[in-house]
Amino acid sequence: MTHAHDGHGHGHDGHVHPHPRQPDIEDAPLTWHMALTEAMAELIVQKGLCTPADIHRTLEKIDAASPAAGGRLVARAWLDPDFRARLLQDVNAAAGELGIDAGGIPIRAVADTPDLHNVIVCTLCSCYPRFLLGGSPDWYKSKAYRARVVREPRAVLAEFGLDLPEGVQIEVHDSTAELRYLVLPERPTGTEGWSEDELAAIVTRDCLIGTALPVAA
Amino acid sequence: MQRIHDVGGLPAGPVDRSPHDYAPWEKKVDAIMRLMIGANLFTLDEMRRTIEELGPGAYEELSYYQRWIQAAANLALEKGLVTPSELGRAIEAAKARHAEAASCP
Repeated sequence: MTHAHDGHGHGHDGHVHPHPRQPDIEDAPLTWHMALTEAMAELIVQKGLCTPADIHRTLEKIDAASPAAGGRLVARAWLDPDFRARLLQDVNAAAGELGIDAGGIPIRAVADTPDLHNVIVCTLCSCYPRFLLGGSPDWYKSKAYRARVVREPRAVLAEFGLDLPEGVQIEVHDSTAELRYLVLPERPTGTEGWSEDELAAIVTRDCLIGTALPVAA
Repeated sequence: MQRIHDVGGLPAGPVDRSPHDYAPWEKKVDAIMRLMIGANLFTLDEMRRTIEELGPGAYEELSYYQRWIQAAANLALEKGLVTPSELGRAIEAAKARHAEAASCP
């Protein structure tokens, strides 16, 4: 089906030439799964299971989720021992104190010590505290990470550029649909006197997963 | 029996850490799942079970969100939230809308 777009100002001297444009979503071939997604989105609205506004709001929430939220929790815990205690007791409630919605699934913070390093995985699937960390990276969902980090965490962390001393024990936490984890790393040296914002900025997504450590930049 | 998704401890190659920006359709799959779970129409466990039931072929060949949307559709069919003919018609309508949009200069 073609559209002439008469009267739009697209044509000059009787011939129509296309807009110079960036590739749009319409330019990509529609795969079977994309069509299925569109169909499902339309059907759930038609059936009254949700509204278009619900879909829009949820998409906005997906885009807004970022590891900055997790970084704020860690920075506050570094500065405030009472908050740290509350964070270790109940991450979702502690996040609420800072106005952060951590979602309805319980999250447990696992604290590093000089002798213990924590790392998280979901061997069966891809469970992840996404409200605090943003969307998970592909590697977190990859078979290679899920398979290996429980058997040879030291080797996997080394591939990520994190070489832990032999004396440091590694604990791997396997997330489930009922319980997710967040790593609370130790505050690095060289950050004395830093503000909460400065501290939060060095807590990257990988620090919260446990595949990196925060460093004083 | 160890099923296809249960990979913890299995031998595997290096972890590919190349970044991936989610495509709009992938985010939409995510939104659909979240809304269905949020409305208590699906549970997380049902969703995982349905993904696992896609079987080894799907698990190996489909991408993450391809598995998700297929599982969401299967679960919606299983629960009678949509019928196969409604789904078929909606897919054809989505294709037609796309073809129309793509032909627009």
